Amino acid sequence: MVVSPPTGAPAASALTLSPAALGDPAWRSVLEPLLAAGRSAGADLVEVFLERSDHLGLLAEQDVITSVSPAFGAGAGLRVFLGDRDGFVSTNDLSAAGLRAALEQALGMLGLLLPSQGGRAFDGLPELRDFAATKEGWLQACPSLAETTGRLLEGTGRLAAHGQHLQVRRGSYARDWQEVLVAASDGTFARDVRLHQSVGLNVLAADGDHRASLGRRYGTSDSPDDLRRWDVEAAAVDVCSSAGTMLYADYVEAGQFPVVLANRFGGVIFHEACGHLLETTQVERATTPFADMVGQPIAHPSLTAIDEGLTAGAFGSLAMDDEGMEPQRTVLIENGILQRFLSDRAGERRTGHPRTGSGRRQSHAFAAASRMRNTYIAAGPHSPEDLIASVDKGLYCKSMGGGSVGPTGQFNFAVEEGYLIENGTLTRPVKGATLIGDAKEVMPRISMCANDLELAAGFCGSVSGSIFVTVGQPHIKVDTITVGGR
Amino acid sequence: MGTTESAAASLDAEVLRQRLDQLAQREGVRRWDLGASCSTDTSVQVDRGEAKQMKGAQRSAITLRVWNDDGLVGITSTSDLSDAGLARALAGARDASAYGNVDEVPDFSPLATAPLPVLEQPLRPPVSILSLLDTLKEAESDLLGRHPAIGTVPYNGLAQRSSDRLYINSDGACRQQRLTTASLYLYARAEEAGRKPRSSGAVRLAYGAADLDVAGCVQEAAERTIAHLDYAPIRTGRYTCVFSPEAFLDLIGAFSSLFNARAVLDGVSLSRRESLGEQLAVPFFSLHDNGLHPANVGAAAFDGEGTPTRRLSLVEGGVLRHFLHSEATARAFGVAPTGHAGLGAKVSVGPDWFEIGPTPGSDGGARGLDRFASGAGAGDGLVVIDSLSALHAGVKASQGAFSLPFDGWLVEGGTARSIEAATVAGDIRTLLKAIVGFEGPAKVTPDGLCPHVWVEGLSITGDA
Repeated sequence: MVVSPPTGAPAASALTLSPAALGDPAWRSVLEPLLAAGRSAGADLVEVFLERSDHLGLLAEQDVITSVSPAFGAGAGLRVFLGDRDGFVSTNDLSAAGLRAALEQALGMLGLLLPSQGGRAFDGLPELRDFAATKEGWLQACPSLAETTGRLLEGTGRLAAHGQHLQVRRGSYARDWQEVLVAASDGTFARDVRLHQSVGLNVLAADGDHRASLGRRYGTSDSPDDLRRWDVEAAAVDVCSSAGTMLYADYVEAGQFPVVLANRFGGVIFHEACGHLLETTQVERATTPFADMVGQPIAHPSLTAIDEGLTAGAFGSLAMDDEGMEPQRTVLIENGILQRFLSDRAGERRTGHPRTGSGRRQSHAFAAASRMRNTYIAAGPHSPEDLIASVDKGLYCKSMGGGSVGPTGQFNFAVEEGYLIENGTLTRPVKGATLIGDAKEVMPRISMCANDLELAAGFCGSVSGSIFVTVGQPHIKVDTITVGGR
Repeated sequence: MGTTESAAASLDAEVLRQRLDQLAQREGVRRWDLGASCSTDTSVQVDRGEAKQMKGAQRSAITLRVWNDDGLVGITSTSDLSDAGLARALAGARDASAYGNVDEVPDFSPLATAPLPVLEQPLRPPVSILSLLDTLKEAESDLLGRHPAIGTVPYNGLAQRSSDRLYINSDGACRQQRLTTASLYLYARAEEAGRKPRSSGAVRLAYGAADLDVAGCVQEAAERTIAHLDYAPIRTGRYTCVFSPEAFLDLIGAFSSLFNARAVLDGVSLSRRESLGEQLAVPFFSLHDNGLHPANVGAAAFDGEGTPTRRLSLVEGGVLRHFLHSEATARAFGVAPTGHAGLGAKVSVGPDWFEIGPTPGSDGGARGLDRFASGAGAGDGLVVIDSLSALHAGVKASQGAFSLPFDGWLVEGGTARSIEAATVAGDIRTLLKAIVGFEGPAKVTPDGLCPHVWVEGLSITGDA
């Protein structure tokens, strides 16, 4: 079937924000003419990404709910490819006229015009791959406002019970529900519903001139009951214990040291130092030192690293990516040898690396790009104690703050909770450490991996916005790294 | 071919008010306010002479606040400005108001109908996206030609925006501001054989794409990148540091909770209520927040609560003089709102655009700088901090601590050499009292106005 450009298509505004909006079969009659029009104008590929979102943010301070912030919205992102160039337009106007105007604008960026005759054919959309069919009730199954506020106040209450010198106690919760429909002229036609929830506890402890601010955040995907299962007692004890320890910690001595990084969020080192450099967006920009090194060693032989979107409930898991492709388990590095890059539609067209189900974006306002999902270093043969025992003088990083990587591969990240290692034993707590390094130099220095792989939820901001990701690792040892301090 | 610019974004304040009045009446809501915005954007990126990506966007957003019968406040935000969207937002805000904070109920700003400052902001028509593309291609080509080591400009963009924002409340306040802006950024990557890649760049803002200082942006990006090509590691130790205007403004911005009444009331600021009048910095240090400065491209005439923007003295003679306020924090302190509020269930407070410089009548630290000019204070050399990185991770604002990677130079014996990789660490309160002096005229940057700032005794970690 060849579908014609839109003539008398139903106004999509009538569909906007209805209870099952993007699952409404009427969308096909809006999307097919759009895709056909784009193809007839000469586009190699036309993609439409439709989104509805529903967000709730809550904040509890001390023993009071101080912010309840609901938000909802809808929008579309239209992308047109011609060769390896593309034009992208986003809009909040989901009417047929609004989408048509966005398409015309995207086509115009590539020098293509509507109306057009005799362009390329479009054979129509296939049957919808509906990953959302079993997820329709997720939003309603989430805890009510009353239940959610109650859990948060329970959290700040437990902080008061377990902490000392706490000047500020905060609990925060975010629930992000998103329904997406992706249609493209290559026959992609898929819908999904995503649900992400995260809850965190933060404290500021103060005693005279001593201050320590600490927090922990927990997050899962696709689990409406997540907040109900949150172990608030354990979370409060964990935060208060760390805050009590760090309140009187000295600043770390600066220098070059061996470092042992704890499991879970310690995985931010791989995320920043290497993961971003294995995205095809970095190959396109010529900002990765690993561009031509597939099949070559880039890390210590003890290191195997994986990115996948499959782990049930993990923050970075997906039923399909934001280009309608099902995710994969992608082995990035195996025994130190670079295996492959993370790739999206544009990355495949521009670099030749096959797509990996890694096309991701914050919302319809961003064009998808190759991004990480659940990224972790695989478990090794050692115990965590083996790693610490192998260090005469160094730093143990129990809890990490955020980090970043620059266009030359220089990375950095902050240590939230650290301890000195002296003669193979953990001794004093230290604060104020920042680890900096160069990806190419540090990867061969990850010489030991322990057997206690765990994952942690996080947020990653990059070219296509802020997305939900998981970082992870077992305890690892870096033979030497620059530790910034005082 | 392809004139793809969109019509200027606009909102009809009176129509929006009438719709809200009707919906509120139907729902029994007597008191409400809202902030709304819409915008159209076009932008381009290039890669070695080819278009990499061209983007367009039409955005709309509204945040609606309602007061329920108990006087408590709830909000909802949405991108859906249809009648159905507004009705749902109103209902959502009313539901949320059941959980409004009894201890701190926001009110309308008493200045929401006060006269607004007159801003000289020319509205520029959009240029075609292909014109943007040509301009950026030429700029990239020019930059690539400045030095053989500059191989790519991996981060670049030329964008233009037309926006319209308004504030309305049920007591009759109505604020509206239309604006056009354009921006250009160029970050080059340079690499010489056998050496590590280096990167730096520059940014320019203007009211329209045709007004952008493209040549100046190329020149600055080239100079900064080339100046980092010859690098060496630095020894770990304590150094006197010279912050560039951009770096110092970034650092002060990261610690702006010092001046933020919201953070003071929440207990997360290093300042307390009684800190006003205390010596925060060296006596010749002065800091104002001035969103109205003519060089602040895109200045807002009013804040999220409709309060007019104004110049506010924060630190004068090194003494903390005022805090930034919303309506609620101003009420708690017994002062007037300062025009620094957002709009939310819990109203945020934030700075606009800093002016940093010597206190009038002071020498700006000239005597301190003279000490270095005579060669008495440099010790192991001076560290020039050109730009700071990772402020989101390396700043502990509530503790006063920072530990940040930076790009810069070590100046020894009159020669400057780029530093390979290093961090600078310290405490903001100590730093503000260790300022030696201001050097040179204040420079206009996108974030404010500031001269170079000399600071003694900062910890530098390198890998020499």
